[in-house]
Amino acid sequence: MNPELFLQLDRVIHEKGRLAIMSMLAASPDLSFTELRDALGMTDGNLTTHIRALQQEGYIAVAKSYQNRRPLTTCSLTPEGRKAFAGYVDLLEQIVRQNKPK
Amino acid sequence: MEPHWAVENLQTIRTLMERSALYRRALAPIMLFAGTLGIIAAGIGLLFHLNSPVDFGTLWLGAAVIVILGAFFIARRQAIKDKEKLWSPPTRRVAQALLPPLTAGFLLSFLYLLWGASDEFPIQMPFLWALFYGCALHAAGFFTPRGIKLLGWVFIICSFAGLYSLSLVSYKVHLEFNPHLFMGFFFGALHLFYGAYLYLTEKGKNAA
Repeated sequence: MNPELFLQLDRVIHEKGRLAIMSMLAASPDLSFTELRDALGMTDGNLTTHIRALQQEGYIAVAKSYQNRRPLTTCSLTPEGRKAFAGYVDLLEQIVRQNKPK
Repeated sequence: MEPHWAVENLQTIRTLMERSALYRRALAPIMLFAGTLGIIAAGIGLLFHLNSPVDFGTLWLGAAVIVILGAFFIARRQAIKDKEKLWSPPTRRVAQALLPPLTAGFLLSFLYLLWGASDEFPIQMPFLWALFYGCALHAAGFFTPRGIKLLGWVFIICSFAGLYSLSLVSYKVHLEFNPHLFMGFFFGALHLFYGAYLYLTEKGKNAA
Protein backbone atom coordinates (compact mmCIF):
# COMPACT_ATOMS: atom_id res chain seq x y z
CA MET A 1 0.00 0.00 0.00
CA ASN A 2 0.98 3.61 -0.51
CA PRO A 3 2.39 4.78 2.87
CA GLU A 4 1.84 8.43 1.93
CA LEU A 5 -1.92 8.02 2.12
CA PHE A 6 -1.66 6.34 5.48
CA LEU A 7 0.51 9.15 6.80
CA GLN A 8 -2.06 11.70 5.64
CA LEU A 9 -4.77 10.15 7.84
CA ASP A 10 -5.87 12.45 10.64
CA ARG A 11 -4.30 10.96 13.80
CA VAL A 12 -6.92 12.53 16.06
CA ILE A 13 -9.82 10.91 14.22
CA HIS A 14 -7.99 7.65 13.52
CA GLU A 15 -8.19 6.52 17.16
CA LYS A 16 -10.98 3.93 17.51
CA GLY A 17 -13.02 5.68 20.21
CA ARG A 18 -12.81 9.11 18.60
CA LEU A 19 -13.67 7.67 15.19
CA ALA A 20 -16.81 6.15 16.71
CA ILE A 21 -17.81 9.49 18.25
CA MET A 22 -17.18 11.35 14.98
CA SER A 23 -19.18 8.74 13.01
CA MET A 24 -22.18 9.00 15.33
CA LEU A 25 -22.11 12.79 15.23
CA ALA A 26 -21.69 12.85 11.44
CA ALA A 27 -25.09 11.16 11.09
CA SER A 28 -26.89 13.42 13.56
CA PRO A 29 -26.94 17.18 14.04
CA ASP A 30 -26.27 16.68 17.75
CA LEU A 31 -26.27 13.93 20.36
CA SER A 32 -26.32 14.11 24.13
CA PHE A 33 -23.45 12.82 26.24
CA THR A 34 -25.70 10.01 27.54
CA GLU A 35 -26.78 8.95 24.07
CA LEU A 36 -23.17 8.76 22.92
CA ARG A 37 -22.10 6.89 26.04
CA ASP A 38 -24.94 4.35 25.79
CA ALA A 39 -24.60 3.82 22.04
CA LEU A 40 -20.84 3.32 22.18
CA GLY A 41 -20.67 1.49 25.49
CA MET A 42 -18.00 3.82 26.86
CA THR A 43 -17.42 4.85 30.44
CA ASP A 44 -18.07 8.46 31.42
CA GLY A 45 -14.35 9.09 31.90
CA ASN A 46 -13.34 7.55 28.61
CA LEU A 47 -15.95 9.47 26.67
CA THR A 48 -15.03 12.74 28.41
CA THR A 49 -11.34 12.27 27.49
CA HIS A 50 -12.16 11.62 23.82
CA ILE A 51 -14.61 14.51 23.65
CA ARG A 52 -12.04 16.83 25.17
CA ALA A 53 -9.41 15.75 22.62
CA LEU A 54 -11.83 16.32 19.73
CA GLN A 55 -12.95 19.64 21.20
CA GLN A 56 -9.35 20.84 21.54
CA GLU A 57 -8.82 20.02 17.87
CA GLY A 58 -11.90 22.11 17.03
CA TYR A 59 -13.77 19.12 15.61
CA ILE A 60 -16.69 19.05 17.96
CA ALA A 61 -18.66 21.64 19.88
CA VAL A 62 -20.01 20.93 23.34
CA ALA A 63 -23.07 22.78 24.60
CA LYS A 64 -24.25 22.68 28.19
CA SER A 65 -27.88 23.36 29.05
CA TYR A 66 -30.69 22.12 31.29
CA GLN A 67 -33.54 19.78 30.49
CA ASN A 68 -36.19 19.21 33.15
CA ARG A 69 -33.87 20.95 35.62
CA ARG A 70 -31.14 18.43 34.92
CA PRO A 71 -27.86 19.35 33.23
CA LEU A 72 -27.66 18.28 29.60
CA THR A 73 -24.41 18.10 27.64
CA THR A 74 -24.84 18.02 23.88
CA CYS A 75 -22.13 17.39 21.30
CA SER A 76 -22.14 18.26 17.64
CA LEU A 77 -19.63 18.35 14.79
CA THR A 78 -18.20 21.75 13.92
CA PRO A 79 -17.78 22.64 10.20
CA GLU A 80 -14.04 21.89 10.64
CA GLY A 81 -14.91 18.54 12.19
CA ARG A 82 -17.28 17.65 9.37
CA LYS A 83 -14.62 18.59 6.83
CA ALA A 84 -11.94 16.58 8.64
CA PHE A 85 -14.25 13.58 8.93
CA ALA A 86 -15.15 13.73 5.22
CA GLY A 87 -11.43 13.97 4.40
CA TYR A 88 -10.67 10.99 6.62
CA VAL A 89 -13.37 8.86 4.95
CA ASP A 90 -12.13 9.94 1.50
CA LEU A 91 -8.60 8.84 2.36
CA LEU A 92 -9.85 5.49 3.69
CA GLU A 93 -11.76 4.93 0.47
CA GLN A 94 -8.64 5.75 -1.55
CA ILE A 95 -6.62 3.27 0.49
CA VAL A 96 -9.26 0.57 -0.03
CA ARG A 97 -9.40 1.30 -3.79
CA GLN A 98 -5.59 1.15 -4.08
CA ASN A 99 -5.44 -2.21 -2.36
CA LYS A 100 -8.27 -3.83 -4.29
CA PRO A 101 -7.00 -6.92 -6.17
CA LYS A 102 -7.02 -6.21 -9.91
CA MET B 1 0.37 -3.05 6.96
CA GLU B 2 -2.69 -5.02 5.89
CA PRO B 3 -5.31 -2.93 4.12
CA HIS B 4 -8.15 -4.78 5.90
CA TRP B 5 -8.15 -2.22 8.69
CA ALA B 6 -9.26 0.45 6.19
CA VAL B 7 -12.21 -1.68 5.06
CA GLU B 8 -13.06 -2.45 8.67
CA ASN B 9 -12.88 1.22 9.63
CA LEU B 10 -15.20 2.15 6.77
CA GLN B 11 -17.60 -0.60 7.82
CA THR B 12 -17.50 0.63 11.43
CA ILE B 13 -18.21 4.19 10.31
CA ARG B 14 -21.14 3.04 8.21
CA THR B 15 -22.57 0.88 11.01
CA LEU B 16 -22.29 3.65 13.60
CA MET B 17 -23.80 6.24 11.28
CA GLU B 18 -26.71 3.91 10.55
CA ARG B 19 -27.15 3.10 14.22
CA SER B 20 -27.34 6.75 15.14
CA ALA B 21 -30.62 7.21 13.28
CA LEU B 22 -33.62 4.95 13.74
CA TYR B 23 -35.66 6.34 10.84
CA ARG B 24 -33.07 5.11 8.34
CA ARG B 25 -34.02 1.51 9.01
CA ALA B 26 -37.73 2.27 8.98
CA LEU B 27 -37.52 4.25 5.74
CA ALA B 28 -37.96 1.38 3.25
CA PRO B 29 -41.21 0.00 4.76
CA ILE B 30 -42.53 3.55 5.22
CA MET B 31 -41.84 4.39 1.55
CA LEU B 32 -43.46 1.14 0.39
CA PHE B 33 -46.48 1.79 2.60
CA ALA B 34 -46.82 5.40 1.38
CA GLY B 35 -46.42 4.35 -2.26
CA THR B 36 -49.00 1.58 -2.01
CA LEU B 37 -51.48 3.92 -0.35
CA GLY B 38 -50.78 6.58 -2.99
CA ILE B 39 -51.60 4.12 -5.77
CA ILE B 40 -54.77 2.96 -3.97
CA ALA B 41 -55.92 6.56 -3.39
CA ALA B 42 -55.30 7.43 -7.04
CA GLY B 43 -57.26 4.32 -8.06
CA ILE B 44 -60.19 5.29 -5.83
CA GLY B 45 -60.13 8.86 -7.17
CA LEU B 46 -60.11 7.69 -10.77
CA LEU B 47 -62.76 5.02 -10.24
CA PHE B 48 -65.24 7.20 -8.39
CA HIS B 49 -64.44 10.44 -10.27
CA LEU B 50 -63.64 12.38 -7.09
CA ASN B 51 -62.65 15.49 -8.99
CA SER B 52 -64.37 18.33 -7.13
CA PRO B 53 -62.02 20.33 -4.87
CA VAL B 54 -63.72 19.03 -1.71
CA ASP B 55 -63.78 15.36 -2.81
CA PHE B 56 -60.20 15.57 -4.05
CA GLY B 57 -58.99 17.31 -0.90
CA THR B 58 -60.81 14.88 1.39
CA LEU B 59 -59.47 11.81 -0.41
CA TRP B 60 -55.84 12.94 -0.44
CA LEU B 61 -55.89 14.55 2.97
CA GLY B 62 -57.32 11.29 4.31
CA ALA B 63 -54.58 9.34 2.53
CA ALA B 64 -51.92 11.69 3.96
CA VAL B 65 -53.26 11.22 7.51
CA ILE B 66 -53.23 7.41 7.11
CA VAL B 67 -49.67 7.55 5.73
CA ILE B 68 -48.47 9.70 8.66
CA LEU B 69 -50.13 7.39 11.21
CA GLY B 70 -48.79 4.31 9.41
CA ALA B 71 -45.28 5.79 9.28
CA PHE B 72 -45.47 6.52 13.00
CA PHE B 73 -46.46 2.92 13.82
CA ILE B 74 -43.78 1.44 11.53
CA ALA B 75 -41.09 3.63 13.15
CA ARG B 76 -42.44 2.84 16.63
CA ARG B 77 -42.38 -0.90 15.93
CA GLN B 78 -38.79 -0.60 14.69
CA ALA B 79 -37.84 1.40 17.80
CA ILE B 80 -39.34 -1.23 20.12
CA LYS B 81 -37.63 -4.01 18.16
CA ASP B 82 -34.24 -2.27 18.43
CA LYS B 83 -34.86 -1.10 22.02
CA GLU B 84 -34.33 2.51 20.96
CA LYS B 85 -36.09 5.79 21.57
CA LEU B 86 -38.58 6.79 18.87
CA TRP B 87 -38.25 10.52 19.47
CA SER B 88 -34.46 10.85 19.37
CA PRO B 89 -32.54 14.04 18.43
CA PRO B 90 -31.98 12.85 14.81
CA THR B 91 -35.68 12.01 14.39
CA ARG B 92 -36.56 15.41 15.83
CA ARG B 93 -34.23 17.13 13.36
CA VAL B 94 -35.78 15.24 10.43
CA ALA B 95 -39.25 16.31 11.60
CA GLN B 96 -38.03 19.90 11.96
CA ALA B 97 -36.60 19.83 8.43
CA LEU B 98 -39.80 18.39 6.95
CA LEU B 99 -42.18 20.72 8.73
CA PRO B 100 -41.70 24.16 7.04
CA PRO B 101 -42.14 23.04 3.39
CA LEU B 102 -45.02 20.71 4.30
CA THR B 103 -46.75 23.45 6.29
CA ALA B 104 -46.31 25.86 3.37
CA GLY B 105 -47.85 23.28 1.01
CA PHE B 106 -50.75 22.69 3.39
CA LEU B 107 -51.44 26.41 3.84
CA LEU B 108 -51.32 26.97 0.10
CA SER B 109 -53.88 24.19 -0.43
CA PHE B 110 -56.07 25.71 2.27
CA LEU B 111 -55.98 29.10 0.54
CA TYR B 112 -56.72 27.48 -2.81
CA LEU B 113 -59.76 25.74 -1.38
CA LEU B 114 -60.85 28.93 0.37
CA TRP B 115 -60.61 31.14 -2.70
CA GLY B 116 -61.23 28.68 -5.51
CA ALA B 117 -64.94 28.55 -6.29
CA SER B 118 -64.49 26.36 -9.35
CA ASP B 119 -66.20 22.95 -9.54
CA GLU B 120 -63.04 21.45 -11.02
CA PHE B 121 -59.96 20.82 -8.99
CA PRO B 122 -57.05 23.06 -10.09
CA ILE B 123 -54.75 20.77 -12.06
CA GLN B 124 -51.67 22.72 -10.89
CA MET B 125 -52.22 21.62 -7.31
CA PRO B 126 -50.63 18.12 -7.50
CA PHE B 127 -47.51 19.68 -9.01
CA LEU B 128 -47.33 22.35 -6.32
CA TRP B 129 -47.76 19.71 -3.61
CA ALA B 130 -45.05 17.61 -5.23
CA LEU B 131 -42.82 20.70 -5.37
CA PHE B 132 -43.22 21.42 -1.65
CA TYR B 133 -42.87 17.74 -0.82
CA GLY B 134 -39.66 17.56 -2.88
CA CYS B 135 -38.28 20.55 -0.94
CA ALA B 136 -39.21 18.80 2.33
CA LEU B 137 -37.44 15.60 1.27
CA HIS B 138 -34.37 17.54 0.23
CA ALA B 139 -34.28 19.39 3.56
CA ALA B 140 -34.61 16.11 5.46
CA GLY B 141 -31.98 14.58 3.17
CA PHE B 142 -29.21 16.21 5.19
CA PHE B 143 -29.91 13.69 7.95
CA THR B 144 -30.94 10.66 5.87
CA PRO B 145 -29.42 8.40 3.20
CA ARG B 146 -28.23 10.47 0.26
CA GLY B 147 -30.84 8.84 -2.02
CA ILE B 148 -33.59 10.84 -0.35
CA LYS B 149 -32.05 14.11 -1.51
CA LEU B 150 -32.07 12.74 -5.02
CA LEU B 151 -35.70 11.72 -4.62
CA GLY B 152 -36.40 15.30 -3.49
CA TRP B 153 -34.82 16.60 -6.69
CA VAL B 154 -36.87 14.13 -8.77
CA PHE B 155 -40.05 15.55 -7.18
CA ILE B 156 -38.89 19.14 -7.74
CA ILE B 157 -37.81 18.64 -11.36
CA CYS B 158 -40.88 16.59 -12.32
CA SER B 159 -43.23 19.12 -10.74
CA PHE B 160 -41.53 22.01 -12.53
CA ALA B 161 -41.62 20.09 -15.81
CA GLY B 162 -45.32 19.40 -15.24
CA LEU B 163 -46.12 23.03 -14.41
CA TYR B 164 -44.17 24.23 -17.44
CA SER B 165 -45.99 21.75 -19.70
CA LEU B 166 -49.32 22.97 -18.34
CA SER B 167 -48.37 26.55 -19.18
CA LEU B 168 -47.94 25.52 -22.82
CA VAL B 169 -51.49 24.25 -23.24
CA SER B 170 -54.86 25.98 -22.90
CA TYR B 171 -57.21 25.77 -19.90
CA LYS B 172 -59.55 23.55 -21.93
CA VAL B 173 -56.81 20.98 -22.24
CA HIS B 174 -56.18 21.23 -18.49
CA LEU B 175 -59.72 20.01 -17.87
CA GLU B 176 -59.00 16.81 -19.76
CA PHE B 177 -56.20 15.83 -17.38
CA ASN B 178 -57.10 13.84 -14.32
CA PRO B 179 -55.23 15.13 -11.24
CA HIS B 180 -55.39 11.68 -9.59
CA LEU B 181 -53.04 10.36 -12.27
CA PHE B 182 -50.41 12.93 -11.32
CA MET B 183 -50.95 12.31 -7.60
CA GLY B 184 -50.63 8.58 -8.24
CA PHE B 185 -47.37 9.15 -10.11
CA PHE B 186 -45.83 11.47 -7.51
CA PHE B 187 -47.06 10.04 -4.24
CA GLY B 188 -47.63 6.45 -5.34
CA ALA B 189 -45.15 5.40 -8.03
CA LEU B 190 -42.17 7.50 -6.89
CA HIS B 191 -42.52 6.34 -3.26
CA LEU B 192 -42.91 2.73 -4.33
CA PHE B 193 -39.89 2.95 -6.60
CA TYR B 194 -37.70 4.47 -3.87
CA GLY B 195 -39.03 2.04 -1.24
CA ALA B 196 -38.25 -0.92 -3.51
CA TYR B 197 -34.77 0.48 -4.19
CA LEU B 198 -34.10 0.88 -0.45
CA TYR B 199 -35.52 -2.53 0.35
CA LEU B 200 -33.38 -4.26 -2.25
CA THR B 201 -30.18 -2.38 -1.39
CA GLU B 202 -30.58 -2.47 2.41
CA LYS B 203 -31.76 -6.09 2.65
CA GLY B 204 -28.25 -7.54 2.53
CA LYS B 205 -26.92 -5.03 5.04
CA ASN B 206 -29.75 -5.65 7.50
CA ALA B 207 -29.30 -9.38 7.28
CA ALA B 208 -25.58 -9.12 8.04
